[in-house]
Amino acid sequence: METSKVIHAIYNDDDVLMAAVKTVKAKRHHIEEIYTPFPVHGLDKAMGLAPTRIAIASFMYGCVGLIVATVMMNFIMIEDWPQNIGGKPSFSYLENMPAFVPIMFELTVFFAAHLMVITFYLRSRMWPFKKAENPDPRTTDDHFLMEIPVHGNEKELHDLLSETGAVEINVVDNTH
Amino acid sequence: MEYKISNRLRLTAIILMVVGLLGVVYSFTTSHVTFDEVEKMLSEESHHGGAEDHGAETHQVEATSHDEHASKDAHGDTHGVSHEVVDEHTKHVNHVMHAMHNRPWSAFYVAAFFFMMISLGVLAFYALQYVSQSGWSPLLLRVMEGITAYLLPGALIVVLIAVASGTGWLGGHYNIFVWMDPDVVAHDKLIQGKTGWLNIGGFLVRGLIFIGGWSLYRYFSRKFSIAQDKANDNKNFKKTFRISAAFLVFFIYTESMMSWDWIMSVDPHWFSTLFGWYVFAGMMVCGVTVIAFITMYLKGKGLLPQVNDSHLHDLAKFMFAFSIFWTYLWFSQFMLIWYSNIPEEVTYFVTRIQDYNLPFFGMLAMNFIFPLLLLMNSDYKRVPWFIVMAGIVILAGHYIDVFNMIMPATVGDQWAIGIPEIASLLFFAGLFIFIVFTALTKAPLTPKRNPFIKESENFHY
Repeated sequence: METSKVIHAIYNDDDVLMAAVKTVKAKRHHIEEIYTPFPVHGLDKAMGLAPTRIAIASFMYGCVGLIVATVMMNFIMIEDWPQNIGGKPSFSYLENMPAFVPIMFELTVFFAAHLMVITFYLRSRMWPFKKAENPDPRTTDDHFLMEIPVHGNEKELHDLLSETGAVEINVVDNTH
Repeated sequence: MEYKISNRLRLTAIILMVVGLLGVVYSFTTSHVTFDEVEKMLSEESHHGGAEDHGAETHQVEATSHDEHASKDAHGDTHGVSHEVVDEHTKHVNHVMHAMHNRPWSAFYVAAFFFMMISLGVLAFYALQYVSQSGWSPLLLRVMEGITAYLLPGALIVVLIAVASGTGWLGGHYNIFVWMDPDVVAHDKLIQGKTGWLNIGGFLVRGLIFIGGWSLYRYFSRKFSIAQDKANDNKNFKKTFRISAAFLVFFIYTESMMSWDWIMSVDPHWFSTLFGWYVFAGMMVCGVTVIAFITMYLKGKGLLPQVNDSHLHDLAKFMFAFSIFWTYLWFSQFMLIWYSNIPEEVTYFVTRIQDYNLPFFGMLAMNFIFPLLLLMNSDYKRVPWFIVMAGIVILAGHYIDVFNMIMPATVGDQWAIGIPEIASLLFFAGLFIFIVFTALTKAPLTPKRNPFIKESENFHY
């Protein structure tokens, strides 16, 4: 599937971009990537991207955090050294649970939040010193770029994209 | 869209009221057990239990768990025996007898308060929609107005029951609020110190001020809302905006004081600073749930065609978030008192955990764990039967919450969920349905010239 050439269509308005995406999808062309300076509401739906599952991951991380907190405090406060601290009942976990709830809550949130962020970084391949994958620096400011792979239909694509209101259309060698 | 109450619904409401009223009358007429009957019942109970020391045990629990018992016993002895010579057994029997007399009163009061609190919560939510200039909710404003129609009669009934039970009027015998009993106050230094606030005159006047303020807001906001339908400008909307802001200030003060008066004072020896917030969170979650229910009902009849699943999604989000907010306050109150374990505060939870273990912790599962797991998923929040399922559990859970706030102070370990409780619930459910759906017929279900109505119609999340 890897082609040597891609076509870059540049737009300067998000509404025009949305309309263009719909046109291109209607003509059954595969959109490789879209670069925008800010989130465009509904773009993922128009492109037909699968919904994110990061909330599900976060829920599971939260469960892990809850288990970590419970196991940790049960071992430390109840099993390992059940001291009498200020008359708090340390005979079983349940009896002393209200005192543990703040930690259980915080660790749940901590795990859910941090592991979700790390998952996000891993899945979107973001890290310090990572080389930016930006085909055109203007896409971080005020331009929108749609990237479509070329399968010998360069002319057809060029015509289609210019009809959709692209301000600039370039055919470039695929670098990545 | 014009709404006309269906005959079937009206008939259902009337049947609920009649059946409920019969049950309530039955429970009032059968609750007057005599001293001898209670004595016989208790001795039978200890026989069945088989334990020799059962009686002693209960006495011990009583002595340690509830310092209020002593004061209640004082007016329990109607036999003319002087307080000093009353032996432990007579005291115990009197105490149980009084608790059994209290049960229909408290059951009636709990149900009355529960439905009043739904419409009060909706009124606060309604004011919030105006003040925050919400763009999603104007389609639901008429539904909210319909629900708040219950507030005036509902709140008056609550005050009426409270005063009737505490004045000997209508056959009451100081059944809900012990501080209304002059005999108790005479023997109780702690309550004597609080008579500046806890006196029947003050209770009544404050209650009428609360109800007056809430009803005035409800009257004028409804009036402006209907006037806005035919207006040429947004003057009425602006007026509602202003009075809503003022109402919210008034509301948060009066709601707090209302919760001291109408709920917290059943335990006049106990106090908690975040109690007002706690009651508030409960009423908000019930209110939003009922808004969702009635919206789904009307939409199911095709009367709210512009309401889409995004509106439902928002309501379900509020149900979810307020459930968690309620739990946060419940736990904050419980944990602070449990942790410091100061005797005069902790008795409140000791009686609840000992005598009301299942309802006390069961409602936590119903009000927290169930909505937490059910309404967390964004897709589920759009599915009507999921919201109905979660909503029924939430409403039942919050009924038990009110039950747990009132009953331990009035009937103690003599509680049950039987005819008095269910009949009272049926009666007020019927009254609520009747008043709310009658109010819904009085105006078109979709506000016409609300400045945000267009946004609400196109609302999409």
